[in-house]
Amino acid sequence: MAVEQISLSGRKKVVSNKEMTFIEKIYLLTILKGLWITLKHLFRRKVTIKYPEEIREMSPVYRGQHMLMRDDEGRERCTACGLCALSCPAEAITMKAEERKPEEKHLYREEKYASIYEINMLRCIFCGLCEEACPKEAIFLTKSKKIANADYSREDFIFGKDKLVMPLEMAINNTKSNTAN
Amino acid sequence: MDTTTFIIEKGTIIVVVFAITMLMAMYSTWAERKVAAFLQDRVGPNRAGWGGLLQPLADGLKLFTKEEFFPNTPNKFLFILGPGIAMSTALITSAVIPWGDKFHIFGKDVVLQATDLDVSILYIFGVLSIGVYGIMIGAWASNNKYSLMSAVRASSQMISYEVAMGLAIISILMMTGSLSLKEITIQQAEMKWNIFYQPLAFVIFLVCSFAETNRTPFDLAECESELIGGYHTEYSSMKMGFYLFAEYANMFISATILSVVFLGGYNYPGMEWAEQNWGVNIANIIAIAVLFAKICFFIFFYMWIRWTIPRFRYDQLMNLGWKILIPLAVLNIILTGIVMVLFN
Repeated sequence: MAVEQISLSGRKKVVSNKEMTFIEKIYLLTILKGLWITLKHLFRRKVTIKYPEEIREMSPVYRGQHMLMRDDEGRERCTACGLCALSCPAEAITMKAEERKPEEKHLYREEKYASIYEINMLRCIFCGLCEEACPKEAIFLTKSKKIANADYSREDFIFGKDKLVMPLEMAINNTKSNTAN
Repeated sequence: MDTTTFIIEKGTIIVVVFAITMLMAMYSTWAERKVAAFLQDRVGPNRAGWGGLLQPLADGLKLFTKEEFFPNTPNKFLFILGPGIAMSTALITSAVIPWGDKFHIFGKDVVLQATDLDVSILYIFGVLSIGVYGIMIGAWASNNKYSLMSAVRASSQMISYEVAMGLAIISILMMTGSLSLKEITIQQAEMKWNIFYQPLAFVIFLVCSFAETNRTPFDLAECESELIGGYHTEYSSMKMGFYLFAEYANMFISATILSVVFLGGYNYPGMEWAEQNWGVNIANIIAIAVLFAKICFFIFFYMWIRWTIPRFRYDQLMNLGWKILIPLAVLNIILTGIVMVLFN
């Protein structure tokens, strides 16, 4: 077989420059064919999701905004090991570790905690590798449909602990429902 | 008939026809968006009113409240005159359309036609030719090379296709022997529609009407990728609205002419029977409804074509007009003549 005709993928096509037949040249029949195709689309099911009334069903593995978790006693789980930052392919996470003082035992679970924990939402690609890397089950990507809101300045997209840490009421509710079970 | 009743009668018809033309043009914009959406598997406007039915009103309100911007044009008068001509030529064509046969009100017959000129078709062609001026003057006064390019395209396209259109109509005239649209309609009673006798003329006329109304696939005057917005690039606010509106009014009128000349106008099978059994008025209400059904079909057809066929290239457009449609129309005249001599 000649080299030109070999097709390893089996999808090779030779460009054809064939002359139009008479029927194609008068164009009317081909227009009718086209009209038939568009007419079929007229009665097809519409793909639009009417947003405020209908909300698109999210995938079960959907990953939304991050949350720094608290444990059953409401203490922050994060120990500022930096594995999430290390695993982050987008270099979105930075943190600063601090040693826990004795009187802060009710606030942080481990002896070391993150005094500053920042995720740059403009860099984050929501891949979930931080979640996988975390040995303390401290960071999770929630199913919240709220991703980062539109804003005017880049600084506002760097989310600190104020936006990331799980709200206390939520932790209390979680503990309540866990103990009830 | 004394003068006062005559004026009242004709005045009413003119106002009603004007209102209906405007309404149809308005809702053509809605229908265009709906048809476009449906042909592309979308839903289209559906927020303003049920199914988006108030959308044209919202659009109109928006256009009225928009800032009126004048380019640095040497002739402001012509700049304003352009959309005015476009709109008025689009509207005055409807004067000669027979919308129905007649109503029998207050013991007298009211003919459902503003005026029955015996040269209706010539009148329509004349007005259509003036329509070119609306585009040409407005675009020229815009002082913008893109607008001018677009106007040159539009006018040469409309003038070229008018030739083929006129030649296509001649074969109809040979059969009917009359230029009056009323007369042509009456001759098509009882399913003797011209489309069955003159299919070739119908196809030529249809293609030309696309070119005359500047609709896709011949909307080269509004070719965004090459000419920004086309002849109305420099227009804003309601003057822009007038141009867009005139396009839809033109579409309505040419759909009307197509249905009157080729699809039998207001005629429907059994009209005579309905007139004898149900009375003149009911028969004619049905007749008007039938005419509007035909018109709506053609308007839908215009939109259907628009979302099916891509735009022609300019040389293709000219080739089609001069080298194909005009010879075909001439051939059709000759064929019609031969058939008339042989069979009559």
